[in-house]
Amino acid sequence: MIMTCFVLLYTGMEKIDAAVAELREMDDLAALESPVHSLHPLAKLLTTFIYIFVTVSFDKYDLSGLIVMLVYPVLMFQASGIKMSTCFYKLRIVLPLVCAVGLFNPFFDKAPMLSIGALTVSGGVISMITLMMKGVFSLMASFIFVSTTSLDAICAALRKIHIPSVIVTLLLLTFRYVTVMMEEVSVMTTAYMLRAPGQKGINYKAWGSFLGQLLLRSMDRSEELYSSMLLRGFNGEFSYADVPKGRLADWLFTIAASVLFFVFRYVNVAELLGNIIMRG
Amino acid sequence: MIRFDHVSIEYEKGKRVLDDISFEIRDGESVGLIGANGAGKSTVMKSLLGLIPHEGSITVDGLEVYKENLSQVRKKLGLVLQNSDNQMFMPTVLEDIMFGLLNYGMSREEAEKKADGILSKLGLEDLKYRHNHKLSGGEKRMAAIATVLAMEPDAVLMDEPTSALDPYNRRIIIDTIRGMNITKIITSHDLDMIMDTCSRVILLSGGRVAADGDADVILRDKELLESKRLELPLSLQTR
Repeated sequence: MIMTCFVLLYTGMEKIDAAVAELREMDDLAALESPVHSLHPLAKLLTTFIYIFVTVSFDKYDLSGLIVMLVYPVLMFQASGIKMSTCFYKLRIVLPLVCAVGLFNPFFDKAPMLSIGALTVSGGVISMITLMMKGVFSLMASFIFVSTTSLDAICAALRKIHIPSVIVTLLLLTFRYVTVMMEEVSVMTTAYMLRAPGQKGINYKAWGSFLGQLLLRSMDRSEELYSSMLLRGFNGEFSYADVPKGRLADWLFTIAASVLFFVFRYVNVAELLGNIIMRG
Repeated sequence: MIRFDHVSIEYEKGKRVLDDISFEIRDGESVGLIGANGAGKSTVMKSLLGLIPHEGSITVDGLEVYKENLSQVRKKLGLVLQNSDNQMFMPTVLEDIMFGLLNYGMSREEAEKKADGILSKLGLEDLKYRHNHKLSGGEKRMAAIATVLAMEPDAVLMDEPTSALDPYNRRIIIDTIRGMNITKIITSHDLDMIMDTCSRVILLSGGRVAADGDADVILRDKELLESKRLELPLSLQTR
């Protein structure tokens, strides 16, 4: 949240409004209808967890094995009717950070691993690429989950697997109020800009007081919000949307997908296909 | 019946926000709580709901407002906040209306039925599945009122219910308030709205009750209002 505020302070008010609108679009995506949308949230959540777990467990040099894991997010995007470009566009701020994780690997691991003609590729380069792919694939799978499931259903699923109520409530309220806080930032930024014409973004000297003001406003807001919850009998536990019981098809989906992930993990499908093609 | 008996509140030592105030509000009454900024209107509301500690005695239907009784007291009262965003914290209007009902042990089917009932009573059926953050100011305020009325409180407290609304939405809120046959305590600087909705007015000034009586009399008393940093309602002002 604070990170978002810093980014917003730097970027300016038009971008804040655009960010608010973009966040709201997630609800529209979750409201679409498709076979993926209709899957039980818990089934989708478990499948996503297993997918991420299997994806990150690949060996750092197992590039050919890992690449096959792309099949799951690609198929899910196709079935959900959500464009893959939407995913990359919405994750454009996080993706470079994820890709930057393995950036220094080539400097530490210089042992030659692969030769393509005269070009020798070091282990560091391969591990950098696999790290990037693991990050990107995991983000894609997470995105397909959150964009095809309403927040209320996500929270209900999290409670079903006994994630503590405090964490789930925090998630729900953060998502609900992040747009309100961004609107607050937008108003404050407008007030600043009107008295600082020609300035790009907000001067770093004002960041402290700006964030302080935002914190105070959010504290006032949270106090009122909590009062309102207490007055309606809140006792520490939210009643989330009544998610219907999972159908057999939902659980078959999770089982089939999980089996497939483990097959991809232990059988190098790309290599197998390559061998078949070469023999043919 | 709501009774304030010699109630005093101080946030800082020596600075009394409410200073020995006493009044009674009978069942079914519509009372406007008016006063300049800092007069103590919001403090009266908060103390009634047990959100801040007080000296003296506050009772709701004979129940003393103190820690052990709070859940019973709060069950009898509903609060509509000035900023509806602070009141509507669930993703959709339906979920927000059902929030309190489910907390009080109602089944999901019953709660939804009740939500449908209140939405239709207020003519808000089309808001049922709408996301709270996508509602307009007027819709949000009406939905916030629905969340409170669904709880069937004995009395409803409203903090500036018509602030920041356009004339059309303001009129809708006023008509809605007039149609509510329960005890109402309304704080506002919109004295025309108070005149339209309340039969009695309590005027606060400096944490004390400066006047308490018939709305038509107090809201026409120019001298009294101006001495307490208020003005006659716009509809009574002659140019």
